[in-house]
Amino acid sequence: MLIEALILSALLFGVGTLGVLLRRNAIIMFLCIELQLNAVNLAFVALSRYLGIDGQVFVFFVMTVAAAEAAVGLAIIISIFRHYETVNVDNFNLLKW
Amino acid sequence: MEGDVHGAHGAFEPFLPGLVILLPLVGFLLNGALALAAGRRSAEAVRQGREPDFMHGHERPLTHRLPTWIGPGVVGLAFVVALINFVRMMGADLHEPVIRTYWTWMATGSLKVEAAIQLDQLSMVMMLVVTGVGFLIHVFSVGYMGEDPGYPRYFAYLNLFVFFMLILVMGASFPVLFVGWEGVGFCSYILIGYWFTDREKADAGKKAFIVNRIGDFGFLVAMFLLYTTFGTLNFVEIFDQAPSVLVYGGGLVTAVTLLLLLGATGKSAQIPLYVWLPDAMAGPTPVSALIHAATMVTAGVYMVARTSVLFALAPAGSLAVALIGAATALFAATIGLAQYDIKRVLAYSTISQLGYMFVGVGVGAYAAGIFHLMTHAFFKALLFLGSGAVIHAMHHALHHTHSQADPQDMRNMGGLRKFMPITWIVMWVATLAIAGIWPFAGFFSKDEIIWYAGARAEGPYGQWYTLIWVACLAAAMLTAIYMTRLMVMTFHGRNRTGEKEAHHLHEAPPVMWVPLVVLAVLSVFGGWVNVPQAIQESFLGGFGLLPMAEWLHHWLHPVTGPAEEILTRYAGGFAHHAPFGGGELLWAVLSTSAALAVVLVSARVVSGIAYKPAHEDVEPTGLRRVLYRKYYVDELYDALVVRPVVRLSRFAWKIVDQGIVDGVANGLGYLARAFGWIATLFQTGSVNTYAFFLVVGVLVVLWRVAF
Repeated sequence: MLIEALILSALLFGVGTLGVLLRRNAIIMFLCIELQLNAVNLAFVALSRYLGIDGQVFVFFVMTVAAAEAAVGLAIIISIFRHYETVNVDNFNLLKW
Repeated sequence: MEGDVHGAHGAFEPFLPGLVILLPLVGFLLNGALALAAGRRSAEAVRQGREPDFMHGHERPLTHRLPTWIGPGVVGLAFVVALINFVRMMGADLHEPVIRTYWTWMATGSLKVEAAIQLDQLSMVMMLVVTGVGFLIHVFSVGYMGEDPGYPRYFAYLNLFVFFMLILVMGASFPVLFVGWEGVGFCSYILIGYWFTDREKADAGKKAFIVNRIGDFGFLVAMFLLYTTFGTLNFVEIFDQAPSVLVYGGGLVTAVTLLLLLGATGKSAQIPLYVWLPDAMAGPTPVSALIHAATMVTAGVYMVARTSVLFALAPAGSLAVALIGAATALFAATIGLAQYDIKRVLAYSTISQLGYMFVGVGVGAYAAGIFHLMTHAFFKALLFLGSGAVIHAMHHALHHTHSQADPQDMRNMGGLRKFMPITWIVMWVATLAIAGIWPFAGFFSKDEIIWYAGARAEGPYGQWYTLIWVACLAAAMLTAIYMTRLMVMTFHGRNRTGEKEAHHLHEAPPVMWVPLVVLAVLSVFGGWVNVPQAIQESFLGGFGLLPMAEWLHHWLHPVTGPAEEILTRYAGGFAHHAPFGGGELLWAVLSTSAALAVVLVSARVVSGIAYKPAHEDVEPTGLRRVLYRKYYVDELYDALVVRPVVRLSRFAWKIVDQGIVDGVANGLGYLARAFGWIATLFQTGSVNTYAFFLVVGVLVVLWRVAF
C-alpha cells in the first residue's frame, strides 16, 4: 500500500515539475507548483502511517504555507497581468540585474 | 686622589636640571608662535597686494623684535642653570651619576624605557659647552640674521636644536640619547635648508638628512644587540654589567662598537659618511658654527666617550675609531688646502678636527677627546662666526653695488684687516689655537691626543697606532697651512673686492663682535683646564704657573675610569715615550715650533701668490684640481651609490610596483570581473530558465545526498 502511494506521489511531483518547466502560462505554472506541494503532502501522509504522526502535522504546515503562497503568488500574477495584459511568462524578462 | 681633586665632600644636589632642557623648548614654542604670527601677517600683506618685506625703512614689528630677547635669553638662562649645577657638582663628591626620572616613556614586555636624564661629569661638560657656546652664537645671530624676514622662525629652529642637543647629552639611556640624536639631525636639516626657496640649499639639507640615516641604521642595530644582551638600555646598568657579561675582544662587543661607530661617522662627519658636512654650509653661518662645528657634529665623539666601557672592551672597535679618525683628519685637511669658499675650508677643517677627537677617544684617551671637543667648540665657533662677520660685510658691500660676486669666495676678499680689525685679530687667535701654537687652547688639546696616540704604539695593534700618530702629526702641519692660507687670503694682501665695493666694507656691529671676543678669550685660556703634568711643570707651563694640571682628566675620571681600568688591565697602560723616543715635553715643543714655522712659511708663500677675483680665475689644474674637486668623492659616491640606488628605485617603481604588484592586484580584479561576466550569462531574466536551474540544483543536491 505504501509503495503505491509513494509511486503516485512521485508521478504527481514529476507532472508538476514538468508543468513548471514546460508551460508558459503563469497560472498553469502556479497550479503545477501546487501539484508538487500536494504530491509531497501525499508522501507525508503515506509515510506517517509507519513513522508516526509527525508527517500529518507537517502536512498542515505545508497547507498553511501553500495558502499564504497562493495569496502572494496570485497577487503578483494579477499585477503583472495589469501591466502586460498577458500572463505568458516569456514576456517576463526583467528579473535580472 | 679623587677626593683631593673634588675638594669638599658632600652629596651632589642638582638644581632644577630639567630646567636646562625645558628653557630652550619654551623658547622654541614662543618663537614658533611669533613665526606663525609673522607668516600670517605677510600672507595677509601678499593677499592685499602689498610688499611682504617690511624691512627696508620700516620699524620692525613685534614678531621680529621679541625673538632678539627670547632666543638668546632662554639659552643664556639655561647656561646659568647649568653653571649652578656645575658649581654644586664641583663642591660635591660625585662618583655615580645622578639620575632624574620624570615619567615612563614606554613599558612593553620586558623593555622599560624611562624619560630620564643623567647628571655626571661628562654630561656637565657637554651641557656647559652646548649652552655656553650656544648662547654666544645666539647673540651673534641677532646681528647676523637681523634683516632676514624669517627672523622668528630662525630662532625657533635654533632653540629647538639646543633643546634636542641637551636631550642628547643628558639622556640616561640609549633611546633617550637617540631622541636627541634624531632631533638634532632634524634641526640640522631644517636649518641647512633654512633658505629653502633656493633649490641647492634645500637639497643640501636633504643630503645631510639622508646620509645621517645610514649612520642611524648602525646606531639602531647596536641598540637592538645591547638590548638582547643586557635586557635593558639604561647607561648605568649596561656599563655596570658589561665587563662581566661581555668577553674582552669578543665578537658581540666588537659588532656593537663597530655599529655605534657607523652611527658616529654619520653624525660626526667621518669617512665614509663625511660628505654631507661641506654641503651643510648652505645654512646660515651661525648655524654652521653652532650645529656643524661646535655641538651636533661632536655628538659622535660624546657617544663614544659615553660608551667608553664598550669601546674599551673591543680593541678592534677602538682601533677602527682611531683609524677612521686619523684617516679623516689627514684626508679632510688636504681638501681644505685647495678650497676657495671660506666656509668650505672651515667645514673641511671641522671634519679634520673631528677626526682628531675620534683618534682621542679611539686610543682610549677619552678625556683628551672631550678636551679637544671643548676647545674646538671655542675656536671653531669663533672661526665660523668670524667668517660670518666677513661674509656679512662682504654681502653688504656687494649688495650696495649690486655685484653678483660670491661673498664667500676668498679670491674676492683680501686686505680685509683694514676694514674689520677686531674680526681680523680674533680670527688670528682662533687660527693660532687650531694650528696648535702654545699657549692657545688647541695646542694642549691636540697635542694631548697626538701624544696618547703615540703612547699606544707598544700595546696591541702597535704598528697601526704608530701610523695613526704619524697621520695626526702630518694633519697638524696641514692644519697650520690651510688656516694660514685662509687668513692671508681673507685679511692680508691686496683688496680684491673692487674699488666701489671696498667703500662699503665695515666692521661688524658690537652684537656680533662681542661674542667673537668672548670666544677668543676662551680660545686662548680654554686649554689651560687640562695642561698635562709634564708640561705644566716645565717652562711651557711657566714651571707650574699654569693652574689646574690635568683638571679635566681628573674631573671626568668617574665617567671614564671604568674604561681606563679595562684598558690598563687588558691592553696595558700608555707608554711614557713616543714611538721614536722622546717624552711628552720634547714632542710638545717640537710640534708647536714646527706648527709655528709652518704658519710663518705658509704665510709668506701664500702672500706671494697673486690671486685673481673669482670671476677672472680659471679652475686649478693637476693635483690642485683633484683637491679642489674634493678627490671627486661626491662624483664617486654619485656613481657607486646614488645612481645605482636611483636605478634600483626606478626598477622597484616601474617594474616591481607598477608592473608586478599593481599587475597582480589589477589582474585579480580583471579575473573577478571576467568570472562575473560569465555568471551574468546565466542571468537571463526569464522565469523559466531560473526554474530550470532550480530543478537542476535540487537534482544535484539530491544526487550528492543519495550517493
